[in-house]
Amino acid sequence: MAKKSAIYQPNEYTIRKGGKAFGIFGVIMLIIWSLINLYPLFWMITFSLKDNQQIQKTHRFLLPKGLPNEWHWENYKALDYSSLLTYFKNSVIVTALAILISMVAAMMASYAIMRIQWKASKAVNRMFLLGITIPVQASLVPVYMICRYFDWLDTRWSLIIPYAAFALAMSILIANSFIVGIPKDLDEAAYIDGCSRYGVFFRIIVPLMLPSVSTIAIYSFLQCWNELMFASVFVSSSEYRTLPVGVQSYTGTFTVKWGPIGAVITIATIPMVITYVLLSRKIQESFIAGAIKG
Amino acid sequence: MRKVGNMKHRSASDTISIIVFLIPAVLLFCVILIAPMVMSAYYSFFDWKGLGEAKFIGLSNYKELFTSELTPFPSALKNVFILAGLSVFLQLPISLGLALILGRGIKGERFFLSVNFIPVLISTVVIAMLWKIMYQPKGLFNNLLRITGILKEGDSNILFLADGPKGHLLGSVIAPMLWQYVGYHMLLMYAGVKNVSPELREAAMIDGATPWQVDRYIVIPSMKPVIKVCVIFSVTGSLKSYDLPALLAGMRSVTAAFPSTMLMNQMFKANRYGMGSAIAVLLILMCFAFALLINYIFREKDE
Repeated sequence: MAKKSAIYQPNEYTIRKGGKAFGIFGVIMLIIWSLINLYPLFWMITFSLKDNQQIQKTHRFLLPKGLPNEWHWENYKALDYSSLLTYFKNSVIVTALAILISMVAAMMASYAIMRIQWKASKAVNRMFLLGITIPVQASLVPVYMICRYFDWLDTRWSLIIPYAAFALAMSILIANSFIVGIPKDLDEAAYIDGCSRYGVFFRIIVPLMLPSVSTIAIYSFLQCWNELMFASVFVSSSEYRTLPVGVQSYTGTFTVKWGPIGAVITIATIPMVITYVLLSRKIQESFIAGAIKG
Repeated sequence: MRKVGNMKHRSASDTISIIVFLIPAVLLFCVILIAPMVMSAYYSFFDWKGLGEAKFIGLSNYKELFTSELTPFPSALKNVFILAGLSVFLQLPISLGLALILGRGIKGERFFLSVNFIPVLISTVVIAMLWKIMYQPKGLFNNLLRITGILKEGDSNILFLADGPKGHLLGSVIAPMLWQYVGYHMLLMYAGVKNVSPELREAAMIDGATPWQVDRYIVIPSMKPVIKVCVIFSVTGSLKSYDLPALLAGMRSVTAAFPSTMLMNQMFKANRYGMGSAIAVLLILMCFAFALLINYIFREKDE
């Protein structure tokens, strides 16, 4: 994995004379684009503390004028936190189990494909990788019918299993790229010591694959956490609703008041932003690993 | 017992372990992805309400998709191609430009990289609500247009979310989708830029190449694999897009229809499972076709 972290090595290459004007221009472009990305967030947080009159007033954009002149904390106080907490909990359970299932399945499959020699292994691998291209919409109708037939609708499993399946292709891809880095001599040594295939998998491959766990988990996380289509169709009771659907239906109840909408979406965003601030390097590396190895 | 160094030897126990290790993945894959694709293809030839008897109607669902006024599929196709086109020819060049600037090594590299990746992580529901409010007649965009003087005293506010031929709905749905993923592609391309060895750049600079020439003739050509991944992601991502169209335009809009919103509309509003399946089949075919096409285009240039 030396290559992966190479992107963060200090830069030996710096802007030379002649490139200076362009360099300044580039920095300006970057600053502008960063503002375009950050400003909506700033605006979201400030308007969550305002009433409509303040939000809609022109000429109040940047600090300090953009800050609320009266702080409407009641936007936050009035929220139904027990529902939001339920949605959050459901999202955590669904996402965690989906990631766990797809990760275990991916590691096992990756071991069978990359470490045991058999004729069709490449073909099977290619078949799994097709999964990256298959749109989730493809299984919406049939999986809905299957779930309805077995009475699985409106349960967490009706989301967990499809999410696990959709995360699988990418997880196998990432697992493959990690398993290649584990020397085959280790397997052979273990076989000589009398280990079975299963013994090698659990005692050698799994422990050495642990660094890939976070990469696979982070890559699958975003997909599962923000999924809206299956979540809005398969689960109808608020008891099992996940965060995106919960936020959508909850904000739908305040059509006129913007402040509380801002408060809901701010609260829904904060855990993600905090996690990102803490783990930004790891998160970025995971996305790079996932895409580049493909 | 296994013999030393005889890894290629296949025994019965190996066959069993291959099966055991593959079972979870194959089950998930077949039940949730492969079987449903086959089922979708099958039901797309039927007129079926989901319950009761299904009536075989051949290709009528497909024919209706392209000819009937009731199902705005041509409009959905047009919209999705506009999105894919803008994504490849507007969003990716912006990402590439930013990645190249970042890759030249400037102060605050990490900061810019991190900040520009934030929209990727924010839930599409949150983005949709946020943009919905920004689009309001008295929201952020109209206020900005007033301050900059683009909207004059007497002008009325722009109704960004107004549907209909004179509305801006389609553009308003596409804009946040393009905005959200610039940072994602920028991150991937930045990794590609960083993969170019500094020595190569140095050598070109000593030979008198300007930074622009270095980017043009050394960095960009070596980034082809990354650019290919980005193009595939952005095209198939466009084809699959559902969240923002559904949240900003709703399921019934004709001018801002997308294949996925149409699919949901046919399935759960009109209860037409056969029609929904036909749309799903077309989506699958388009995703595969474009993935193959993009692979082909890039392969040719490699050689």
